[in-house]
Amino acid sequence: MIPERRGLILGAGAALALGGCDRVARTSGLQCSLKKAEQVSQRSQRALARDRLAPEYEEKDISSDFRANGSVDPQASDYLALKANGFRDYRLILDGLVENPLSLSMTEIRARPSRTQITKHDCVEGWSAIAKWKGARLSRILDEARVKPEARFVVFYCFDALDQTEDGDRYYESIDVPEARHEQTILAYEMNDQTLPIANGAPLRLRLERQLGYKMAKYIKRIELVESFDHIAGGKGGYWEDRGYSWYAGI
Amino acid sequence: MTDHGVADTVDDERPQGEAARPHRHADRPLTGGRIDTWRHPLTVRLTHWLNVFAMTILVMSGINILMAHPHLYWGIRSTFADPWMSFPMAPDWLMVPMRRDLGAARGWHFLFAWIFVLNGLVYLAFITISGRLQRMMEPTRADLADIPHSIVEHARLKFPKGEEARRYNVLQKLTYLLVLLVLLPMMLATGLAMSPMMNAALPELLWILGGRQSARTLHFLAASGLVGFVFVHVALVVVAGFTNNMRSMITGWFVIEPEKEDAE
Repeated sequence: MIPERRGLILGAGAALALGGCDRVARTSGLQCSLKKAEQVSQRSQRALARDRLAPEYEEKDISSDFRANGSVDPQASDYLALKANGFRDYRLILDGLVENPLSLSMTEIRARPSRTQITKHDCVEGWSAIAKWKGARLSRILDEARVKPEARFVVFYCFDALDQTEDGDRYYESIDVPEARHEQTILAYEMNDQTLPIANGAPLRLRLERQLGYKMAKYIKRIELVESFDHIAGGKGGYWEDRGYSWYAGI
Repeated sequence: MTDHGVADTVDDERPQGEAARPHRHADRPLTGGRIDTWRHPLTVRLTHWLNVFAMTILVMSGINILMAHPHLYWGIRSTFADPWMSFPMAPDWLMVPMRRDLGAARGWHFLFAWIFVLNGLVYLAFITISGRLQRMMEPTRADLADIPHSIVEHARLKFPKGEEARRYNVLQKLTYLLVLLVLLPMMLATGLAMSPMMNAALPELLWILGGRQSARTLHFLAASGLVGFVFVHVALVVVAGFTNNMRSMITGWFVIEPEKEDAE
């Protein structure tokens, strides 16, 4: 039908107008348009949001039925060993492009500057739940580690493999340094005034309040500052990103 | 956009004695008292069909996204044990892409959301600046008084002929205004309110809509309203003269049937 074809042509034209594509990646025209749209969304939303805070809620708004998604009880042997004695032997490793690599126990992390916030957790599936989170401010920990100027991304490596096998792909995520330095970006160790439950990512999980849940790595094992995440796992910057989800999850 | 009915300059070079050439969008008389009349300028036709395409993709990828959590709630958070509405699984042919794939469906949805918004802005700017919005869609006092009669006419599937066919009837005007100024902007507002980064950028929008879960439910309801509109719209296009209506939205020209002197 003529009008349909005209629509197709115009759609393709509009997508092309969003910008040229990376020829090296050898992506199809559609893949390219989808990627460009994601970048346009990211840039325009970031320009609008700048440093503004995600809305915060009151105690009375807290969900009584906060849903735990993804891994809820990791079975990796290194995780089970730490869990067995209440994460007393746990150490968060922070390395990569930093002047001062860190290895912090939970006691040390709890002694770092913290933030408490009641926020809405938005799942990519569409549901939302509200909880109170307390955690160490990531920006202060990055200051302590003295991030090198060439570092662009913060990568979180996790204990959990979604398939629950010992050699399964472990969860990982990445965010950029500006988002990592946002005031509400914390490494949470408390949920609703209790020690963070296993189902919600104990001993430490990321809270990234202006993006969707899959960005908020649970069961954090190690944090690495990198210039690019191309060489990590599938190269898309995260477990779900390697499986077709967008890296920018502010939308 | 040269195509919105601006009069052509009169050609003074024409041989003397020849009648002034009619404006290129002037009525063209046809046989049997029928008149071919200029109805839809190029901008309207292009934006209409691009919108058809974008909205089709948006609805079908939207169904795919909904299937990732086929429950709706009201308020600031989900009440998992007590959803306001739940859905059965949609068939693959109703979705873009044609299998359940949340990541890919979101990619399609947001690409075509941009196309939908930019296309909509071009259209709204055009109908506002050209005066079409006011001239063709603003209901007059007489229109409003005519609502009951117009309802009866629609129910009897009687469509205007002659001079009356040049104008939109009152139900048409009100429906188009509802779609253009309420439902379509509502899709954008409720869509943006589901974005956590937009919640930080514009928390007022979230509060006005009553929270993210209300925004999501309203997004679904407004989309359902639009799909309902499309069904009625297409049905009326078919009943009121499919070829003529399609021709007018493709070429711009619409045929008006003469009013019958001897009714029935």
